[in-house]
Amino acid sequence: MSDTIKTTCLHDKHLALGAKMSPFAGFDMPIQYSSITEEHNAVRKAVGVFDVSHMGEIFVSGPDAESFVNHIFTNDVRGMEDGHILYGMMCYPDGGVVDDLLVYKEFEQDHYLLVVNAANIDKDDEWLRSNAAGYDVVIDNQSEAWGQLAVQGPGSEDEIVSLLGIDGTEAEEEIRNLKFYTFADAEDDKGNRVIISRTGYTGEDGYEIYATPDNINYLWDELMSDGVAPCGLGCRDTLRFEAGLPLYGDELSAEISPVMAGLSMFCKLDKPEFVGKEALASQKAEGAPRKLVGIELHDVAIPRAGYPVELEDGTQVGVVTTGYHSISLDRSICFALVDSKVSALGTPLWIRIRKKVFPGEVVKKRFYQTNYKK
Amino acid sequence: MAKINEGLLYCESHEWVKVDGNVAIIGVSDFAQEEMGDITYVDLPSEGDTVTAGEDFGALESVKASSELYSPVSGTVIAVNSELEDAPEKVNEDPYASWIIKVEMSDTKELDALMNASSYAEIAK
Repeated sequence: MSDTIKTTCLHDKHLALGAKMSPFAGFDMPIQYSSITEEHNAVRKAVGVFDVSHMGEIFVSGPDAESFVNHIFTNDVRGMEDGHILYGMMCYPDGGVVDDLLVYKEFEQDHYLLVVNAANIDKDDEWLRSNAAGYDVVIDNQSEAWGQLAVQGPGSEDEIVSLLGIDGTEAEEEIRNLKFYTFADAEDDKGNRVIISRTGYTGEDGYEIYATPDNINYLWDELMSDGVAPCGLGCRDTLRFEAGLPLYGDELSAEISPVMAGLSMFCKLDKPEFVGKEALASQKAEGAPRKLVGIELHDVAIPRAGYPVELEDGTQVGVVTTGYHSISLDRSICFALVDSKVSALGTPLWIRIRKKVFPGEVVKKRFYQTNYKK
Repeated sequence: MAKINEGLLYCESHEWVKVDGNVAIIGVSDFAQEEMGDITYVDLPSEGDTVTAGEDFGALESVKASSELYSPVSGTVIAVNSELEDAPEKVNEDPYASWIIKVEMSDTKELDALMNASSYAEIAK
């Protein structure tokens, strides 16, 4: 661990574009280039690109790779097809979350790629190693060797075909036909690997590209000359929030289990075992004490992380985890962790914003209708 | 570079004051609106409310965060710019024309604690 702030392979490009920079997860990252609203709308209506090179890539391989990944992962990787991707969590024995992550089943037997949150790379690497006793696996944290771009929005399919220069080739068919949560492999002319997955964190169709820092720089420059909007972490948060997607640290944490966060569908309790299974099963059976809900305010006041959620009589029953005046929906909405007793849809709740209290009600967490390529 | 208007007084929390007799017209600086980004909502007090120097009287909300407004002076709110309720982006477009409240000051000596444009230029960067 180093105290100095890290940078991604595109740091100089962000500075040259005049991005507003801010520390995030130990990296100096672009928050916005033009405005959060403009960048948000570019992704919803056209195409935008994010530098997400801060994300971690940990490769797991070996004869016991499948049973090991299944041991530390809440979703079920048994029998996963090559080129497929699953979302899920790594949990502590008490059901709290170490991290949420994507698991890629590689095109090689017993090989998996775990894509983890930047803030958790070191913690995850240690967690994997400390749970690997008795498993014949190799855990290889290659996070510093890989950059990553997220090209997102309804125009992303055409943009990726043009970016990779694969017009009219078999590869074009392959890239256009990639389904949500699958990926393809490619190589540059020097034999460096490029991974292209149909994934994202925006609620729109899109691709994520993993490649060497040199290739990421090349691809970024091409995207800029194609007029693709550079997008910062500011709109990454507004986009993922509208799509009902959790952020580790806000909606998932060592204290907030996937059952509390409403992510039970990614926890396969019918698996023989995994770390956290008993705790999650009992939370599911008995009901978690707290639940993550969506709340919509009837006024335009804006709920923010940390604001208290109350009953009409002023009793505090929860706290806001993320909130915005939604750019795409023009509604004042938030995620909040509340007492399960007040988590039913339609329940009236009040949010204390500075000196006033504003009425609202529990609504579905997926505020925005997502547009994935199923 | 953020614009700083001569002839206004400023405080460290980036509000500006235009003095008109015993009335203080209060807004936020160009530096403040640039730092905040797109302003989406202005939380205004009501006419007749009492404000105290150094205490918050409302807030600006941008897409990403809320930022409290601190009154540079003490007194009574005699006008609020209700135009900002429907058009909060005016604060971004012209922060020095988009006043937020007018306060009848109870103690004009409080103005002595505020900065002039050249002093403020030192911190607004």
